[in-house]
Amino acid sequence: MKERQDQVIYLDNNATTQVAPEVLDAMMPYLTDLYGNPSSMHTFGGQVGGALNKARSQVAGFIGCDSEEIIFTSCGTESDSTAILSALRAAPERRHIVTTRVEHPAVKNLCENIGSMTGTKYRVTMLKVDEDGMVDMNDYLEALTEDTAVVSIMWANNETGVILPIEEMARLAKERGIAFHTDAVQAAGKIPIDLASLDVDYLSMSGHKLHAPKGIGILYVRRGTPFAPFLAGGHQEHGRRAGTENVASIVGLGRACQLAQEKMVEENSRVKALRDKLEAGLLSSVPRALLNGHRLERLPNTTNISFEYVEGEAILLHMNRHRICASSGSACTSGSLEPSHVLRAMGVPFTAAHGSIRFSLSVYNTEEEIDFVLEKMPQIIAQLRQMSPFWPGD
Amino acid sequence: MWDYTDTVTEHFENPRNVGEIENADGVGDVGSLACGDALKLMLKIENDRIVDAKFKTFGCASAIASSSALTEMIKGMTITDAEKITNEDIADFLGGLPKEKMHCSVMGREALEAALADYRGVALPKAEGEVVCECFGVTDLEVVRAINDSHLRSVEEITNFTKAGGGCGKCEGRLQELLNKTVSDGLRVVPLKKSSQRMTTLQKIKKIEDVLEREIRPGLRMDGGDIELIDVEGDFVTVSLRGQCTSCFKSQTTIKDFVEKKLREQVLDSLVVEEDK
Repeated sequence: MKERQDQVIYLDNNATTQVAPEVLDAMMPYLTDLYGNPSSMHTFGGQVGGALNKARSQVAGFIGCDSEEIIFTSCGTESDSTAILSALRAAPERRHIVTTRVEHPAVKNLCENIGSMTGTKYRVTMLKVDEDGMVDMNDYLEALTEDTAVVSIMWANNETGVILPIEEMARLAKERGIAFHTDAVQAAGKIPIDLASLDVDYLSMSGHKLHAPKGIGILYVRRGTPFAPFLAGGHQEHGRRAGTENVASIVGLGRACQLAQEKMVEENSRVKALRDKLEAGLLSSVPRALLNGHRLERLPNTTNISFEYVEGEAILLHMNRHRICASSGSACTSGSLEPSHVLRAMGVPFTAAHGSIRFSLSVYNTEEEIDFVLEKMPQIIAQLRQMSPFWPGD
Repeated sequence: MWDYTDTVTEHFENPRNVGEIENADGVGDVGSLACGDALKLMLKIENDRIVDAKFKTFGCASAIASSSALTEMIKGMTITDAEKITNEDIADFLGGLPKEKMHCSVMGREALEAALADYRGVALPKAEGEVVCECFGVTDLEVVRAINDSHLRSVEEITNFTKAGGGCGKCEGRLQELLNKTVSDGLRVVPLKKSSQRMTTLQKIKKIEDVLEREIRPGLRMDGGDIELIDVEGDFVTVSLRGQCTSCFKSQTTIKDFVEKKLREQVLDSLVVEEDK
């Protein structure tokens, strides 16, 4: 099994990441001998509480906040819902939400269904993006009103890696007394986050995007920000998130944050160089290949490329034969009949959106792997184009 | 990941009969880039028998496999036999397709029909229909045919087979009508999931008025009250209580536990009823 795993060329790290060996090592005692409940009165359970404290301070150190500002949740989606609904409850007289058209479904679907979720009518402004995936700051400023209860804007886009100017956006919201939430699930571990120097009130993170296991998330809530719990129940997390702590995963996430901090430079140098090599190689060796998203304002690990006149699922399944893992924004892969809402919001034509492939790297990728992908991709695309009725020829 | 059969995977990885036929006797061109899949089928026909078939496909694995399967099936067939091929036959040849991918087999059948019509120099029946789904350009005749051929019993199934309703979803009401009309009486029609969420405001108002009149007013009138529908905006229904109800301390309970509950049961489960003050 180990051998087979090693053969996979995993370029789908924005979907999920492998658990780092160091993270698993840190977790193991809490999945075996140290199974106590931190809320228990006996030492056997209580000793686990110390591990939670350590993990909390590791996370806090990683994003530049205080330990007490961290709430452990089950996933990024839970953090997003908790933050937005909490902000709305804190400002019941305000009935307006500002977000973007390129948010992750965790925020997009919540905002689109906020009326039936809360039983209260809200006006939702979904800011448009340009062809690079960037939001116009004038549009943003115009959207902020006295009635705005919360702004929720992702730090980095999961499909394109485009980074939005969260520092500036949070500052402008703060000046107007509006709560600001950011989904930093993709940004965390790839670009530095220092909440001490930011005006962000709520920030969501997810463990499994930075080499911790699935099923663990973080919500940062700035001290003094009004907060309403999402779940009713026990007193865990100082009454802010009920439910027995996912101890092993919390410990793993703490370790993963520490590792991410140590590898931030590598992520932004070696991984970025591999990404750039992959991107430049594909754009030059495959005709009619287009880059989706801003060239510079982008995560160091992500590239999203459209191969015109071929369809994404077919590309992915051919890549799969070579054990290369990636994602697509095509309709067929989403299970719906329309291509990615992110690419459509950016005005990527259908001809290109259906053939979009997202490659997302991690520190575990090697140059040999990138060379192998660069060798295989042109053949795969050419083969599919040979059978495409629309391909005009090279 | 889709659960494709080995046959689908094999035909996707090694498609048969890819290419074009020069001076083809019949050409069928269906689908489009915007739709996400398209198939160009070319036939060589001698003495009413298909002696060669080639294709070019833009689309996912099941679209490519369906095209490949189709050409294998029809090569050597008389046109009379080929005309009898249904999308189900194509799917069966492949050992089945995931239900969300059945439209790929329909595309195969449509291309075959188009190529044979082209051979005969006749217009396709498709052109005669009225477009129901504008996103994917599907006509009522195509929908009715899919309902009959594949025994479809829900709007979701119609979308899986024809793509109709898979874009903006505005036509789901019309698809339900076509389904009701096509499926003979006595058969149970599986109600459309979330159908009502696609209702137009006008449809919603009409349904809400019906329920108010039938189920709610009689009860309120017994207590000397009444209710009036003020506005419907999305899922939000604004009503005004009249008569005795206005001074009733239980009016909020009436609205939430009685009016809203009834409307959610009978019109749309996401409705939120508010009182106009």
